[in-house]
Amino acid sequence: EDKEEDESKEEDNGSQQNRASRRKNYQRKNRDGKKAREEGGQKKDRGKTAPTKDQKESENKEKKTTKRGKEGEKKDRKNSTSSGSSNSSDEESLSEEELAMLKEQVEQKKKLISTMRNKPWRMVKKLSVLREAQDFVEKFEGALGKGKGKKLYAYKMMMAKKWVKFKRDFENFKTQCIPWEMKIKEVESHFGSSVASYFIFLRWMYGVNLVLFGLIFGLVIIPEILMGMPYGSLPRKTVPRAEQATAMDFSVLWDFEGYIKYSALFYGYYNNQRTIGWLKYRLPMAYFMVGISVFGYSLMVVIRSMARNANESTADGDDDNFIFSWKMFTSWDYLIGNPETADNKFASITTSFKESIVDEQESNKDENIHLRRFLRVLANVLIICCLCGSGYLIYFVVKRSQTFSKMQNVGWYERNEVEIVMSLLGMFCPPLFETIAALENYHPRIGLKWQLGRIFALFLGNLYTFLLALMDDVNEKLAEEDVVKNITHWTLLGHHNSSAGNDSTVTPPPLDPADVPRGPCWETTVGIEIVRLTVSDILVTYITILVGDFIRACFVRFVNYCWCWDLEAGFPSYAEFDISGNVLGLVFNQGMIWMGSFYAPGLVGINVLRLLTSMYFQCWAVMSSNVPHARVFKASKSNNFYMGLLLLILFLSLLPVAYTIMSLPPSFDCGPFSGKKRMYDVIQETIELDFPLFVAKIFSYVANPGLIIPAILLMVLTIYYLNAVSKAYQRANAELKKKMQMQREEEKNKRNNKASTNPMLEDLEDLLTPSTKTESPPKQAEDKKIESPNGTSPVRKPGRGEVLAGSPMASGRGAAFTPPSQAFVMQPRTLGIRASYPGQPRPWGHPLGPLPGRGRGQPCY
Amino acid sequence: VYRLHGRYHEMAPNVVPMDYTKDPDVKLPMQLIINMPELKENPFKERIVESFSEDGEGSLSFNDFVDMFSVLSEMAPRELKAIYAFKIYDFNTDNFICKADLEKTLNKLTREELTAEEITLVCEKVIEEADMDGDGKLGFADFENMISKAPDFLSTFHIRI
Repeated sequence: EDKEEDESKEEDNGSQQNRASRRKNYQRKNRDGKKAREEGGQKKDRGKTAPTKDQKESENKEKKTTKRGKEGEKKDRKNSTSSGSSNSSDEESLSEEELAMLKEQVEQKKKLISTMRNKPWRMVKKLSVLREAQDFVEKFEGALGKGKGKKLYAYKMMMAKKWVKFKRDFENFKTQCIPWEMKIKEVESHFGSSVASYFIFLRWMYGVNLVLFGLIFGLVIIPEILMGMPYGSLPRKTVPRAEQATAMDFSVLWDFEGYIKYSALFYGYYNNQRTIGWLKYRLPMAYFMVGISVFGYSLMVVIRSMARNANESTADGDDDNFIFSWKMFTSWDYLIGNPETADNKFASITTSFKESIVDEQESNKDENIHLRRFLRVLANVLIICCLCGSGYLIYFVVKRSQTFSKMQNVGWYERNEVEIVMSLLGMFCPPLFETIAALENYHPRIGLKWQLGRIFALFLGNLYTFLLALMDDVNEKLAEEDVVKNITHWTLLGHHNSSAGNDSTVTPPPLDPADVPRGPCWETTVGIEIVRLTVSDILVTYITILVGDFIRACFVRFVNYCWCWDLEAGFPSYAEFDISGNVLGLVFNQGMIWMGSFYAPGLVGINVLRLLTSMYFQCWAVMSSNVPHARVFKASKSNNFYMGLLLLILFLSLLPVAYTIMSLPPSFDCGPFSGKKRMYDVIQETIELDFPLFVAKIFSYVANPGLIIPAILLMVLTIYYLNAVSKAYQRANAELKKKMQMQREEEKNKRNNKASTNPMLEDLEDLLTPSTKTESPPKQAEDKKIESPNGTSPVRKPGRGEVLAGSPMASGRGAAFTPPSQAFVMQPRTLGIRASYPGQPRPWGHPLGPLPGRGRGQPCY
Repeated sequence: VYRLHGRYHEMAPNVVPMDYTKDPDVKLPMQLIINMPELKENPFKERIVESFSEDGEGSLSFNDFVDMFSVLSEMAPRELKAIYAFKIYDFNTDNFICKADLEKTLNKLTREELTAEEITLVCEKVIEEADMDGDGKLGFADFENMISKAPDFLSTFHIRI
């Protein structure tokens, strides 16, 4: 190999040597692929002035023919034919043997051309070789009559290249299309990956909501608006006469009464006509199916995302042996050319280092375990007390509000008491939880999870009381309905009679829709409540951000000049971005949406708007008025925790909707299901009327409990089986990881041991250097003492040779090893002796070798 | 390549000739090169230029220039990039990346925002992770071993021109 490098060194002017070296390169290359040692050659090359490419090319062109001859020679050698020098005459002769040989050469050249890029040669070499190979191929392919084939091949290559390029461009384009990528990167570089994970979650939610909105808007709202009866034609679509005076007032509109209540945004607007428009679009059916599919799609998306996250986290969880090294050497992106991006990158690298340092420190901390456990238990007890207290408080307030609603003159406070109490709880309890959690002293990431869990429990209390109140409302309305039904009936009759009193033949003019007495549409009420809650939630969030973060930051910044203590470091200071609060807000908001989308189709549209503005608003707020956390920590690689929360809320919000669909009768005069006994009757109806007969039969069989119960059992068993299989895979995975780890450790140990023997042996050498050192004489005396009884073998084995040759010595070949008095004479002799015993190949780094030898030295001899 | 030559030329039009057949001995000084927009923001720009320069001073002839960009392009093979990366991070050019080199690298990467103890912690961790032969500094074999397992080395060690 050295010879090879030497040859390549003299590359510049010696054309002969040049060719020879390149020839050798070809040989080696043809034998075994890529050569890393080429770089070694290259490194030495750089010391010389390399000729320019043009010069090389001209040189090469001259030498081409001769070179080709030489190439032919070499390849002949490979092919073990001997007609090397007859290459130039091949064009004429075309004998079969030569044809075959030529073909092979052409193939090899082609391969060379296609793999040229991967060769670690210097540019000049590559160019010349490439040019040469191309000429060769051109020349001889023509001779072989492969002209057309070559063209087709070239065309195919070109198309393949173009396709690859196109794919790459498309991928780039797709990544560019992802919205807000730059914004999130900016936030990430300043605040760390945990804050950025919130924004990524927000963006994902936005995507899901957009899809849901598209579904609902396209399939339900638009058809109703375009093809349904217009406003004012039906009682359900008109504002009642009594309310018309105030219907346009802003306060009424703000409460979602008035015109908004009787618009496509809410359930009550929809007509129960079976098909509408010229398309015969089955609106009630569509409404029902869209409602179901909203939940179905969300479920699918959440679970798919969880599965993907789980996949990712197991995939690259094990390569964490080189975290810091990789961070140091591969984190800078050399493509950055923009100063701002560079700033961001610096910030992100710093943050990333800090994160890793925190991780590292956490794993090194070890404290009093008992104290920690006690503190944690204490903290949990406190928090459970708080939660129970807040739950009771909410219950109490709701009960009171029910008695209030029976009273006549209720003040503003009493009316809104429930909402106020809930908001107050929501504002003060989380910080309380945080301060208590300081007792627990967890790693920030784990602490975040606990915090999230606790606030979740708190908000669940809110949700449950809200639902209770709503259910009470609904039940009331249902009772009312019967009454109103009768009233409506009688009113209509009365109206007919009165207007038909004069001439009984003419159909009476229909009652103006505004005058028809209206039943209480409980679905719309539910929808309105939920929309109101959502809107107030949005407002509260925005105001909190504005006041809590922005105003606070302004206050701290500007008033700091004239304040007694340092505001920035002391009490208010700048706010940190509250990840847990925001995430939970988002998750609960989404739960509301899911609950309400069945009763208020327009809610999803409102939510889409809200998420959009939220993104920009919060990004701005974070960048302008928040400071990074004191302890920057990396978000857990899998966002499965957030997804888990989302899944839970999805399930929880599915329950009320499913319950109402299944067991409550729809209102008799509003909504797409009015008149039916239960909402799901619409499916029955559709199957009976629209589908051919056998479909109905199939469905009736399928719905048979005798079929469903075994199906459920089967599914349960499948789940159990898949669970067991996945556990087995995980175990196997862990075993493999452990094995790899052990291997790496062994490798390290091997090499380390080699090194570690050095200092040990150096010490020994120190000890045994001749009498200039004071410790050596006693050691030597010891040696002599120990050696004398056993005159055959030296005990002390200074120097590597003796240590390793310990056991052969012990095995009785001691005759040759007369213990000399001077240690340094020992060394060369034993070394020489070792060399003369090639039969005992002892590896240098053998970990067990030196120690036993040394250990045995003392007692046994 | 013509593009590269164009860029090289426009950096110092009066010095760089358009015609290379006579093999002129032209070198551009480091200052000009590190002002190229592709390199301007790079914290390691001086080291990059130095490691490709033949005379070690930082002046690049056209061949060195082409070499530099070809190694840093996305087509270059991994081993080649690893070799040059090693040279770049080896500040004192002793063919080992010792602790002082690591500290300098870290400071350049974070623009000296880390505290001294954080810096020592990180450098110690790096040596602990990557040093296989236990000599307290990274030789080329250690570096290569570590880099070959890194997932994003190829994509970050890459300049487009």
